[in-house]
Parts: sequence; structure tokens; C-alpha cells
Amino acid sequence: MSNIPSDLKYTKSHEWVRVSGDIATIGITDHAQHELTDIVFVELPEVGRKVKAGEACAVVESVKTASDIYSPVSGEILETNKAVVDNPALVNSKPDSDGWFFKIKLSNPAELNSLLTPEKYKAQING
Amino acid sequence: MGLKRTALFSAHQKLGAKLIDFGGWEMPVQYTSITDEHLAVRNAAGIFDISHMGEVTVSSAASAEFLNHVLTNDIRKLAPGLGQYTLMCNERGGVIDDLYAYQLSGGVYLLIVNASRTEADVAWLKAQWEKFPRRSEVNLTDASHNYSAVAVQGPRVKEFINNVFPNASVSAMRVNHVTDLKKNQIGGFKFENQSVLVSRTGYTGEDGFEITGEANAIVKIWDKILEIGAPFGIKPCGLGARDTLRTEVCYPLYGHELDEETTPIEAGVGFFVSLDKGEFIGRKVLVEQKANGTKKKLIAFKMTDKSAPPRPHYPIWANGASVGIVTSGTQSPSLNIGIGMGFVPPEFSKPDTKIEIEIRGKRFAAVVVKKPIYKKS
Repeated sequence: MSNIPSDLKYTKSHEWVRVSGDIATIGITDHAQHELTDIVFVELPEVGRKVKAGEACAVVESVKTASDIYSPVSGEILETNKAVVDNPALVNSKPDSDGWFFKIKLSNPAELNSLLTPEKYKAQING
Repeated sequence: MGLKRTALFSAHQKLGAKLIDFGGWEMPVQYTSITDEHLAVRNAAGIFDISHMGEVTVSSAASAEFLNHVLTNDIRKLAPGLGQYTLMCNERGGVIDDLYAYQLSGGVYLLIVNASRTEADVAWLKAQWEKFPRRSEVNLTDASHNYSAVAVQGPRVKEFINNVFPNASVSAMRVNHVTDLKKNQIGGFKFENQSVLVSRTGYTGEDGFEITGEANAIVKIWDKILEIGAPFGIKPCGLGARDTLRTEVCYPLYGHELDEETTPIEAGVGFFVSLDKGEFIGRKVLVEQKANGTKKKLIAFKMTDKSAPPRPHYPIWANGASVGIVTSGTQSPSLNIGIGMGFVPPEFSKPDTKIEIEIRGKRFAAVVVKKPIYKKS
């Protein structure tokens, strides 16, 4: 059974968002890492890059496949998590904490309202 | 069109397998993790459902002559109870399929072919049979629907496999125990009064066996092997691990390294082409290539830069130009680096040649290595 922390927001494409003021931290969900399994490589966006909501800006690779990661919100990349680049298995072991991908300074905080609640995300992955 | 399912489908579901479409079959790609399953086969044991593979039987007085006309290897090398890797080519020398041929008893041959190619193979074989002068002395049957099969692979398999088949063989190679079979030998054994064929073959680079028989016997054998193999660390393994295992040891996969536009010489499997056995389909082109060389050659490579894993269709660069294409690529679970195979012009095919693999628009350093990429130390 996948872990779905109640303090996060979610996307249909299995990213999570943790909001603190006007900064959002983004990663992939426990369900996503479980589906991908054996993550062997993570490619993250450049700091300073401006991304739009829904834009592919990172790649996560398992043994079998490469998958795009989409920014759930618009804004500027403030920081990326070097730890997951050095140790991609962190995404498998701690997807919603130490396995985070990048932080964004929100340019349109209203977008947060269109993200999924934990209940809705749970319904999606069980449906 | 619905996907075909093997007799082991419900066993896969019970084990929580993740299922994918593989050549029209709904097959397990993994149960827990490709890496764990891969390492189980390298270090202990794994079992694979290979029931999707096709079976063709060829028998009667002119069967050997017919097979030597359509296959590249020399079928006359096969005594009853022996098998060989071989290829079936078109007139251009392009590969229709790669397969295993066994002689079960005098003049009775079993061909094990790729799932994705079974239909094409049978159509091709029938067309050649129509043109074959002694066709009245050749019986050709697509027996795929009669057979299911499993592969049991890994260094510890020999420690428990005899407990699945307690008695001596009853047909083909006569041995007292399954473990008395040598590489490429095949014997008929009884499992609870049902006959199955057991060969010492596989597609992983490890010691192991492939077991072919009727569906209800194979379903019982699957359960039995998982049960008695448990203390030895056996894991059910999916097609994901099957692919990484064969890539590490550079076994070609049809549709990747082999296709109708690629010859066995280009794909580096010329060892299984017997140019001196007499006429066979594709021989003219293969003789010419053997003498004068080919325009492309299959290489194996390792990434030397830290990079994402190489994948099929990524461009291969050398001397600042795009010179070839990756056919298979993955992160190697045994070596923990990116590895792959691909076609390049012969001048870039020597081991130690520095090449680059283009991954999402950026180029990363790699080096051509001798096959196999992974070898047991």
C-alpha cells in the first residue's frame, strides 16, 4: 500500500508538492517509485531555469525505462537535490522526504488550487 | 485484439507480477524488482515463464536435409539428444529468426523460436517446404499451442533440480539425472507420469535448464521448483531481468540486434553459420560478407562517463560524427554501469575504441569492449 502523506499536494502524473510560503518542493510519490522500481539515474533542471506548470523538466530512469517528471507549478528553479543525483536509490527509499527533486519559487500560487488533495490522489491510484 | 496469456498467467497474478505486452503476449516484466531478480539469477537461482516461445516440429526421412537448407548451422552435427543455436535467413542473408534446434530422436527435430516471430517463421518454413523437392518426406507442424515452458537459471539450480525429476530420462539423451545433461543436451523426463523435455540451455549466461511440456505439467513444475528452490534463494523472474541478463552476456534479441535487414555475420553470430555444409538460403551473401567484410558490425560497449543508462535507438558517435545506433542498452545490475550493444562501421568496432552515446541531446563517453560485457570472475 502506497504512503500518501496528508500534508502534500499531488498531480495526476505522480509528483508531490510541499508548499512553504512562496516556495514549493517537488518530488515523485511513493506510488510512482514503487511502479518504477530500481531507480538508477535522476536528471534535474538547472537552477535559475523558469518552468511552466506541466512542463517536463526532470528525468528519472529505472533499469527498464526513462520517465519524464513534470513541474506541477510555474516558477523559477531555486535549488536541486544533489543527494538524489549521487544516490538515485534515495528516491526509492525516501520518496517524499530526502528523495525530493527540486524547489521552485512560485510565480503563480493560484495554480496550487488545481493540484490534487491526498484523498483525490489516493482515489486516482486505487481507481 | 486481446493479448494471449500463458498457462502460468494466474501464477503470475498471484505473485503480484507487473504485466506487459510482449509480442502480443501478456507477460510478467517483473515481480519485485528487476535488479533483485537479475542478481538472484547471477548468485543463486531464478525461474522464468517462457511459454510464449514457439515450437515447430520437423520430422520424417528428409527432415535433416530440409533443415540444412533453411537454417545456417549444420544440423548434421546434432546426434539425437543434442541441440544447437542456429539462424534462419532470407535470400539476402537477413535474419528471419534465431532459434534453437534439437534432434529428439532419429529424424525428429524440435525448433524453439521467438514468440514475436512464430507466425512469420511458420509462414516462411511452409513457403520453403512448398518449393522443397523432397517435401513429401518432410512433416512440418506448428506445435506452439501444445507446449508451455519454463527456464530455471542460476549457479545453484544444479543443487535442487534433480529433486524435481527423481528418475532417469526416458527419451532423447539417456542420463540418470537431469544434472548429468551437458550443455545443449536434451532429455525426456517424467514428472508425475507426464513427459517433459529438459535441456541444459538458457538465455542468461548462467548454468541452467529449460523445461518444455504440456501446460498442466509445466504449471505444476513451476510451483514445485519455487517450493524446493526456496531454500536456495530462487526468485520468479520477469522479462525485465531476462533482458538485462542477456544484454550483459551479449546474446542478441530479435528485433534489436537481429532483423531481416541484418545478417548473422554483421550481428557477430557467424560462428553459427556453417558456410562449408553445402547450399542453404542466404549462403551466397554470407560467403561474400565473410570474405569481403560488412558495412556494419555489432559492438558491445560500456559507459565511461557518469550518465543516464543507454537505450535502444540512441545515436553512437565516433570522431565527432554520428556513426551508428544503439540496439540494446541498460544499467547493468551486475556491474552497476551503463552497458549496451549497437551497430557501427567496422573501423569503430575494435575493443578499446573510444565512442560516445548521445542521450537526450548530450554526448557521453563510452568504450567498445570485448563480448561478453559481463563474465563470471
